[in-house]
Amino acid sequence: MTALPPGSATTPPLRPASPAPPSVQRSWAGVLRQELFASRGDGLVSALLILLILASAVGLLRWAFGQAQWAVIQVNTTLFAVGRYPIEQQWRLWLLVVLVAALSGLSWGLLRAFPRADRSGELWPFNDRLAVALLGFLAAWLPAALALGFPLQVRWWAITGLLVAMRWIAGHWGRSWPPRLLKLVPLSWPLLYLLGMVLIAGGLGMSQVSPSNWGGLLLTLLMASFAILLSFPIGVVVALGRRSDLPLLRWSSVLYIEFIRGAPLITLLFLGQNILGYMLPGGWAPDRVWRAAWVLTFFCGAYLAEAVRAGLSAVPPGQLEAARSLGLSMPQALQRVVLPQALRIALPAAVGQFISLLQDTTLLSLIGLLDLLGTARTVMANPEFLGKNAEVYLTLAVLFWCCCAALGLGSRALERRLDPTHSPA
Amino acid sequence: MSGTFERIPWWRDRRVVPWIVQAVVGLVLLLVISLLVGNLVRNLTGAGLLLSWRWLGQPASFDVAESLIPFDASMPYWRALLVGLVNSLRVIVVGLVGATLLGTAVGMASFSSNGLLRRLARVYVEVIRNIPLLLQLLFWYFVVFLALPNGTAAFQLPGVVVSKSGLYLAWFAQGFSWQGPELVNGVWQAPLRLSVEFTALLTGLITYSGAFIAEVVRGGIASVPQGQWEAATSLGLHWSASMRSVVLPQALRVIVPGLNSQYISLAKNSALAVAVGYVDLYSVSETTLNQTGRALEVFLLLLGSYLIIDLLISAVMNGVNQLVQIRER
Repeated sequence: MTALPPGSATTPPLRPASPAPPSVQRSWAGVLRQELFASRGDGLVSALLILLILASAVGLLRWAFGQAQWAVIQVNTTLFAVGRYPIEQQWRLWLLVVLVAALSGLSWGLLRAFPRADRSGELWPFNDRLAVALLGFLAAWLPAALALGFPLQVRWWAITGLLVAMRWIAGHWGRSWPPRLLKLVPLSWPLLYLLGMVLIAGGLGMSQVSPSNWGGLLLTLLMASFAILLSFPIGVVVALGRRSDLPLLRWSSVLYIEFIRGAPLITLLFLGQNILGYMLPGGWAPDRVWRAAWVLTFFCGAYLAEAVRAGLSAVPPGQLEAARSLGLSMPQALQRVVLPQALRIALPAAVGQFISLLQDTTLLSLIGLLDLLGTARTVMANPEFLGKNAEVYLTLAVLFWCCCAALGLGSRALERRLDPTHSPA
Repeated sequence: MSGTFERIPWWRDRRVVPWIVQAVVGLVLLLVISLLVGNLVRNLTGAGLLLSWRWLGQPASFDVAESLIPFDASMPYWRALLVGLVNSLRVIVVGLVGATLLGTAVGMASFSSNGLLRRLARVYVEVIRNIPLLLQLLFWYFVVFLALPNGTAAFQLPGVVVSKSGLYLAWFAQGFSWQGPELVNGVWQAPLRLSVEFTALLTGLITYSGAFIAEVVRGGIASVPQGQWEAATSLGLHWSASMRSVVLPQALRVIVPGLNSQYISLAKNSALAVAVGYVDLYSVSETTLNQTGRALEVFLLLLGSYLIIDLLISAVMNGVNQLVQIRER
């Protein structure tokens, strides 16, 4: 029940117990006794906690497999996934999923084919085998649990198969591919994002799909990714501005950051929905969805600026002075010396900000947009599914938890990869 | 170039360039702001909604479900907004106290000698932090509190009754006599009744902020050198005594600044009350906007109120910070 994932930091008790001599191999039961029943008080607490955990686990399982009626999720999967996206245009979203899966597999395989110098360069490390097993399990179990039709199930199997196949191909033969081709891979991600926008919104000969028809997971992911991508440059520029010697730059940055951070997000969304329309020339005001997207972007930008600022102040001033004395201009010194170090330090805080932004997209449901939570609330307003709150909210909670935890894991992996102290000198 | 000194061109002169940069940035900002404000003034004038505060005195003509100060629909808008502000402050203050207690307990539990308790504390923090607050609030309200039984079936503890219609607590009744909740004609009566909306919001805010505060407390305790524990134990102090009188006072120096930002985010998060139907400042503002159309004024009031709340919290916490810092002699 309380098993932790490998690598997570469990803090040892600071209580100075007499340390066991390191050579003594303690048995499994010995560890258990030391951890749970070291003293009479500990034993009592442990017994109570074990009872509590068992009772809640049994209660939850009995509810999930007995009373709960999961039909509300199974019937509405399309609604939860893409909202009211027109059904005859949904092939565009499938195409996008296929492209993302292929490119993910390719990038993943190439990462393993070109290991960092300090790595063993194992082609299939344990974590990767675990991830593939997990993907396989998800592909087999999830479509069945959601009671998708057989053709849809086959599609998910094929997409998962494509991802794993690309991973395998790139991992095995990636080293022998021409370098010019390999250079295209990192470039293809932003291209894919733009292509994805076109596929979702329409253009290039495809019919337009109005943003008011986007919904569910599609809208949530789109809003979060849009705000994350665009808030990054805003955050860096504003953080540099806040640390600038020029008073005008500094004060305007401070004003922006404090204005955004002083107000709850919901009041800023209120500003976007009710006042922004008055502030722009007639016809310029974007659609309600895009207004919310821009508010999220500027909101995230202010918080990100604080994270980047902390990173900038952690870089010793000697770095900038050394770069300047080597003859680099100010922009060059920032771009090549200071920012790479600052951004690496700011990475954990920035990812934390992105995770909280992904969670904040649920606030869109309060201003009447149909993001994942908004869709859920409309589904539950349907008399057919009245009172199915527990099933729907629990499903959403698990979904959000998995997304956020995965982002956190990814961030820790990236941190290790970027950590210069881990690579050989 | 050798031997001759060239005049530095003006675009590389360190006395000139900063001014040029500032002038350009200032000009762009001025242009954007004047465009936005100009449009705002023009459009609002056209709609007859230009900044005016006279509507604050008109009768609100909507009712508020719960209020600490007397209010009815015939009272003016400013009074309704004040009711909202008082309700917001109520949930913020109670939430701050509750979240601090919970967070401190969980933060200390992550240093317990009991391995199970330690891991449970981690699991709690990891679960809460990765689920959106709004989802948690809706869960507490719709799934937990609205599913509670009512009347005789309600959960009863000595002095506390939890039911679908709210939380009933024992408190001093008239004449300072202690009085518990009692059932009168199938309806609970108690000196202190908290509405179910308030209780759900409070539970959600406390469990959510508690997880973040637990991390702050854990970081603070971890920052105290191990030697302090060892010294306290060698003086014969128990775990609880060394925590209370040796470690926690030192950890507070690290904890208090972290608490400040968590308190401010709790205050801002309280605006999500609107999702569970608790009438806080934001919820009253939304109703006011729908009735009057005064978007700009309502927004400015909201912004100002939350700014003042933030500043108040910061001021108090700065005072606390001064108290817990080491005094050098």
